[in-house]
Amino acid sequence: MKSTLVNMVLSLGIITIVAAGALAGVYTATKQPIEEAKAAKQKAAIGQVLPEISFNNNPADEAAEVTVDGETVTVFPARQDGELVGLAVESHDTNGFSGLITVMYGFNPSGDITGYAVMQHAETPGLGSKMGEWFCNPAHSIIGLNAATSNLTVSKDGGDVDAITAATISSRAFLRALTLADKASKQFADRQ
Amino acid sequence: MNDKLKILFNGIIAENPTFVLMLGMCPTLGTTGSAINGMSMGLATMAVLICSNVVISLIKNFVPSKVRIPAYIVVIAAFVSVLQLVMEAYVPSLYATLGIFIPLIVVNCIVLGRAEAFASRHGVLDSCLDGIGIGLGFTVALTILGAVRELLGTGKVFDLTVYPEQFGSLVFVLAPGAFIALGLLIALFTKFRSAKC
Repeated sequence: MKSTLVNMVLSLGIITIVAAGALAGVYTATKQPIEEAKAAKQKAAIGQVLPEISFNNNPADEAAEVTVDGETVTVFPARQDGELVGLAVESHDTNGFSGLITVMYGFNPSGDITGYAVMQHAETPGLGSKMGEWFCNPAHSIIGLNAATSNLTVSKDGGDVDAITAATISSRAFLRALTLADKASKQFADRQ
Repeated sequence: MNDKLKILFNGIIAENPTFVLMLGMCPTLGTTGSAINGMSMGLATMAVLICSNVVISLIKNFVPSKVRIPAYIVVIAAFVSVLQLVMEAYVPSLYATLGIFIPLIVVNCIVLGRAEAFASRHGVLDSCLDGIGIGLGFTVALTILGAVRELLGTGKVFDLTVYPEQFGSLVFVLAPGAFIALGLLIALFTKFRSAKC
């Protein structure tokens, strides 16, 4: 087809308008499912990091933001009849091997780690991506450790935690996020 | 009927986008750390390819030739965004693994390449078949490459253990292994293809 200014402007204009309309439609249609999927994932993670703690509130409704050392993390308090029985903290670190990692950590009121769930990461498959299983494997588990009595850094840095084989950078990022979560949980508990 | 089948199979062997045309190498190398990731990326690209081929073949007579490339890109980008939203809404776990690669489908040369080389010159049905064929070829290639890398790197295929992980060679999961495995697979594919003709 021969190109003239009018038909070029018209055809591109129509195509972009139709595309924008279609996108707007899909965005509206998927907005709610996307939010539901995110909320379901968050809820499942909270349940997973506070395994043996029974609570009867909805921690996601009481989410609070806590700022520690300039970083803002989200704290989800779990309560049984109003009494604080555990904290799920969604923490993050931007210095993973491939940038941002986001992990949810669970703490009981005395500060022991009750569990964790990796929410988001882009670590190398087969190396850093193993963090989801590595730190709850009994051979090198962080579950039950307490920041007050253990040094939560990798053994290479003089700490008490075994790093993932060949993925020290990912392990360091994971433990920095853990330390951040721990500080946030203490700060949150002090405010209560 | 016969030439319809020919269009369909053209993309799988004769013009396999990865092993023969060597288009779309960036997502090929980036997403094939495991067989399942490679396959998902292939299927996602196929979905976009079929939709964009059909629409471009429909609008080809209304688009002036000087603005055809921007017009095609808008169509492709719209489909990719739709796919991204739909995946995020209904398969969040897959979206979490492939998330950063989905927008890259827009700039995948295969999609624009097929739009320009095939869909803009053929009818709707043929373009749809071409999309399916090329999409399948891409999916098969990515799945094979992903399976080979996963097998050599971690001893698993589709998460099923074939041999213990400690005998795997980690380099195959990392970027250099992608180049090595892809190069060897292309050599193998070329050998079998030339033996046949």
